[in-house]
Amino acid sequence: MKISNREISSETEKRQRISFGVTLLVVGLLIYLIFGLNTQANALATFGLNLSGSQALKVPDLVVPSLAGVYAMAILAVFAGAYQLARGVRATGWLIGIIAFTFVVAFLLWAVQDKSFSLTGMLSSTVVRATPIVLAALCGVISERSAVINIGIEGIMLMAAQTAVITATVSGNLYVGLFFAIVMGGLVAALHAYLVIRFKVDQTVSSVAINIFGAGATAFISSRFMQRAGDMLNNSGTFPIISIPVLSKIPVLGPVLFENNLIVYLTIVLVIAMHILLYYTPWGLRTRAVGEHPKAADTLGINVYLMRYVNVILGGMIAGLGGAYFTIGSVGRFDEAMTAGKGFIGLAAMIFGNWNPIGAYTSSLIFGFADSLQVKLQILRIPIPSEFLLMAPYIVTMIILTGVVGRAVPPAADGQPYEK
Amino acid sequence: MTNVLELRGITKRFPGVLANDKVDITLREGKILALLGENGAGKSTLMNILYGLYKPDEGQIFVRGQAVDILGPNDAIAQGIGMVHQHFMLVPVMTVTENVMLGIEPVKNGVFLDKEKVSNRIREISDQYGLEVDPNAYIRDLPVGIQQRVEIIKVLYRQADILILDEPTAVLTPQEVDGLFKIIDTLIKSGKSLIFITHKLKEVLAVADDITVLRLGKTVGSIDPKEATTDTLATMMVGRDVNLVVEKSPAKPGEPVLEVNDLFVRDERQQTTVQGISFEVRKGEVLGIAGVQGNGQTELVYALTGLLPLDTGTIQLTGKPLSHNSPREILERGVAHIPEDRQRHGLILSFPIHDNMVLCTYYKKPFANGISMQEKAIFSKSEELVKQYDVRTPNIYVNAGTLSGGNQQKVIIAREFSRPIELLIASQPTRGLDVGSIEYIHSQIIKKRDEGSGVLLVSSELDEILALSDRIAVMYKGQIMAVVDAASATKEQLGLLMAGVHPSESKNKK
Amino acid sequence: MKNTDTPEKKETKKITFPQEWLVPVLAVVTGLIVGAIVILVSGENPFVAYGALFEGSFGNPLDYVEGFKSFFTTGDTQLLLRAIYPFTESLVTATPYIFAGLSVALGFRCGLFNIGAEGQFFVGALTSAYIGYSLTGLPTIIHLPLAILGGALGGAIWGMIPGYLKARFGAHEVVNTIMMNWIAFRLSDWLLNGPMKSSGFRPVTPNVEVTAELPRFFPEPLRFNLGFFLALLFAYLVYWFLFKTTLGFEIRSVGANPDAAKYAGMNIIRNFVLVMFLAGGLAGLAGSAQVLGVDHWVGQGFSAGYGFDAIAIALLGKSHPAGVVLSALLFGFLRSGATDMQSIARIPIDIISIIQGVVIVFIAAPDIIRWLYRIRVKKAEDTVLTRGWGK
Repeated sequence: MKISNREISSETEKRQRISFGVTLLVVGLLIYLIFGLNTQANALATFGLNLSGSQALKVPDLVVPSLAGVYAMAILAVFAGAYQLARGVRATGWLIGIIAFTFVVAFLLWAVQDKSFSLTGMLSSTVVRATPIVLAALCGVISERSAVINIGIEGIMLMAAQTAVITATVSGNLYVGLFFAIVMGGLVAALHAYLVIRFKVDQTVSSVAINIFGAGATAFISSRFMQRAGDMLNNSGTFPIISIPVLSKIPVLGPVLFENNLIVYLTIVLVIAMHILLYYTPWGLRTRAVGEHPKAADTLGINVYLMRYVNVILGGMIAGLGGAYFTIGSVGRFDEAMTAGKGFIGLAAMIFGNWNPIGAYTSSLIFGFADSLQVKLQILRIPIPSEFLLMAPYIVTMIILTGVVGRAVPPAADGQPYEK
Repeated sequence: MTNVLELRGITKRFPGVLANDKVDITLREGKILALLGENGAGKSTLMNILYGLYKPDEGQIFVRGQAVDILGPNDAIAQGIGMVHQHFMLVPVMTVTENVMLGIEPVKNGVFLDKEKVSNRIREISDQYGLEVDPNAYIRDLPVGIQQRVEIIKVLYRQADILILDEPTAVLTPQEVDGLFKIIDTLIKSGKSLIFITHKLKEVLAVADDITVLRLGKTVGSIDPKEATTDTLATMMVGRDVNLVVEKSPAKPGEPVLEVNDLFVRDERQQTTVQGISFEVRKGEVLGIAGVQGNGQTELVYALTGLLPLDTGTIQLTGKPLSHNSPREILERGVAHIPEDRQRHGLILSFPIHDNMVLCTYYKKPFANGISMQEKAIFSKSEELVKQYDVRTPNIYVNAGTLSGGNQQKVIIAREFSRPIELLIASQPTRGLDVGSIEYIHSQIIKKRDEGSGVLLVSSELDEILALSDRIAVMYKGQIMAVVDAASATKEQLGLLMAGVHPSESKNKK
Repeated sequence: MKNTDTPEKKETKKITFPQEWLVPVLAVVTGLIVGAIVILVSGENPFVAYGALFEGSFGNPLDYVEGFKSFFTTGDTQLLLRAIYPFTESLVTATPYIFAGLSVALGFRCGLFNIGAEGQFFVGALTSAYIGYSLTGLPTIIHLPLAILGGALGGAIWGMIPGYLKARFGAHEVVNTIMMNWIAFRLSDWLLNGPMKSSGFRPVTPNVEVTAELPRFFPEPLRFNLGFFLALLFAYLVYWFLFKTTLGFEIRSVGANPDAAKYAGMNIIRNFVLVMFLAGGLAGLAGSAQVLGVDHWVGQGFSAGYGFDAIAIALLGKSHPAGVVLSALLFGFLRSGATDMQSIARIPIDIISIIQGVVIVFIAAPDIIRWLYRIRVKKAEDTVLTRGWGK
């Protein structure tokens, strides 16, 4: 039996090797055809590496000959494809990385030819735009690892965003707003947990109810109270940018990573903390066991329900932090439906990141990148509608779900209520 | 000698059912108590009470003479009680170490899992009891026999000295069973006490020091294995003389209806579980497929009925090959299928009986006219079938889920026999049923044979195979060990074949 | 380990009509009570607010009296039309709800959770609008059916994609329909700002030709149109399809027990694709009815909220076409009446979403209703709506 399995797995490996190799070759060819042929011979692309107002040491801008760069990318993709076909590399992540890298770099070189483009600015906004997505994704990771689906993140974030701005404005203290946003997130998630654990309500249905309720309640409060009261309720200010000494002086990296506000820093800390918690602590081991095989955990004296409550509520608190980002973390006021689907994109990032925190962060960065690229491209007046770029993350998620490129494997008991 | 464990007057009621009725059992220190009973006799309920998964309505548990309340697995573990579950409680995507440490994780630096400490301890336990388990292996990569040992390690790691083994041999090959008995021996020698739950009589006689028999939730009695025979035990277990001999005339085999040639099948997890099987079933005969559970019988039946795709090989029905091996094609070619898992495949429990009666023929006349369903025809046919097959139900409009197991099986048989068939594939047709239903179903199967259909009977109950079959094929690890004539076959011979040993080989060894 | 025929299962009985509807009715009542509490907390009188809600949805009884009086005495329809205006507006609001609710209900019957009604609605509306304004000079008898069919087809294709991905790759339809929603929104952003933009400043399509409009029964401003009866017709068609045809039998079998359906020779893949195609088509028809019967043009955010409303309606209607019609009417009347409530009692229209969320929770957790009202309702066979992310 063992032998035949190995044969089968080697067969699928072989198929995957060939498909990746061919894909890389096609990407190389596409880069040449789309960008190579449409780039002027001696055009230069200027990438701005300095961000105005940043503390980072100034460095000269990066000036690259567009065409040479595009060709370099095409060659890199073709070379990687040929190597893959001949030898076969197992690291799927690297291969996808090369495909994305070569294509995106070639695209930028083509788009920026004879123009100037703030690279640092885009990367910095990538990190910022990824923040609510990753917080939503972490909320999903932590609850689904204990087998509770929560697609009500959108509603939770909306309610938390509103709570944050109201409490912060009334108290005049942003930290108070942050605290109540997190509490709000925890409370709503607790309701979801109570419904799906105690009453075994279908998890998707309960989440949908939270989304509808969240959208309705925030809009209700907004138009009933906030619009009339104006700045009395809806003008909190935002967390200031904190420059981390020394580190923020590093060119490019400094403004991207070390000149951000509290919530962005908290997010990065959370990603690392969640990874450690999930894989290196008893709590994480129990969470994963509860998500994979709750009965096994139960027979070893682990309280399955308690684990799920704790995880879902923690997830809600993280989503609450994500909600706070929208108001007191970025614009300082609340607007109806301001989360604009970030909760759902976070869900996609969670799947894309294969239900683990680091993966969720990486894919959130990709989604954030697409988002900020789209904004920058509007400035560059590229003849591609920016809406199509915004569609890319959704399409990628759907492709990932087909399992053609690297299967996303959810926890085995995900979505199922536990009955003793 | 002291009693390490006593259960006195345990009663457990579920809505409408008395699962345990004043059950008493006693486990002596350093001994093996066999708890014997049919499916549904209340053994598992009792053990779940002992392990704190259910709360008893009445009764008391004594551990080493002390009355204790066991409110959850933690209490049971604290009392030194450990349980090896029938369906292993292991997380497949985790390592042995992670599975063992789960719930009582040692930590270093205050927060981080100390896996090394646990894997060292696993190696010690493994050496001490001869278990040969690699702590770093992932559960999903381990064979069933080794997974069971991991379960035993989990119990030993928690320093249990009262071990409950729930149907531990159900999924093992005879050799693995021997291995298990050796492990049990070492456990007893090192002072552990054991409760061994089973419905297999021979195993009880082989290992037990004491035997307690349960029937319909009650303690029937206890018996010394030295004084017991399989016959006396069987009578105690079933409550009357078991008569598994089915009245039947000799078979009159005709043309082959099913010819299987060099069949390979992969299961849902892509494991090749059927490895090159060839056989034929003739009209008017019963071919029994014997074997320990999990040796590819399920997948063989799934492939024959189109529920799993064939890897390679051919299937011919009445001399003609199948064109695309879909369930619909196979049904239309005259194959009836009594599925192994009647609630998963055989019925739609939330549908009324009349819909279940036409589950396979709903699109045909007279039940449908084009795409329009003809309710009158469906109702009258269902009424007729319910009467003919003696399905006990208030009417045909109640959901199939409201019927008892035996009546559910009768609905399936009524449906499958209601259309003209060439071949009947019956997989574990009487599992979990009461004796009355078993006799009825056996007689129906023989009736179909006598009407000239070919019958393929798959069962892990050797007695059932012997009672019904004309020829017997024994499956082992996805292959057929041998096909023998039922009239001359003995249990011993079949048992060896089921263990993967040809009788001639075993003689040579001796 | 669990005994296969647990005694609980034996107790389940076929639920008779009144009991089956007891929980939904009580859920709505409870939702309205929660709404009243919210109104009270926000400093208004719930009776005044609900009074305005009633008047906004059914009209003022006194107006009816006046209307009939003047109609019978003078033959003047002016006052009567004004009296029935709120009522017809409610029916107009309910029309797309019926279609969209049927879409989600059909999915539920096959074990699929269609969260994508919103996107399918949008695509259907855009397609209908495009056919409606781009083709000129056609007679109504050709133009109107063509526009409707186009809308249905647009939605159907949008729904079929997740259906196919589910059937072929086991990709979960909940995520994929959500993704398809966002793709639809982005696509419409582009279309409304580009290829389909009308000549004005706003990102909206041009008005559809008169020949593509669903005929209205009363003069302006009454917008009550043929769409409502079309919706009722489709509700009946869905009922007939689900319960009286072999295709419907297959769909319900696949939804109730896919393994048994496969055993019985049904093609699960084909059913998943078929159901999502039809469900998408119904949602597309919702958009179509809205654009051809009511608005006559499409703008950004056109479909906002319809997808979630449709889920609420399907759940409340127990995925039965008759139930869907009733609950669509309920939410149509609530939404329509809430506009008046907003102007008279200053209660934002969003109160309806709050009530809706509460109702869904109670529908999905009948235990809470049983506990709240201390009633004994026999347990229904709970249909499994979702089965995790994987296969």
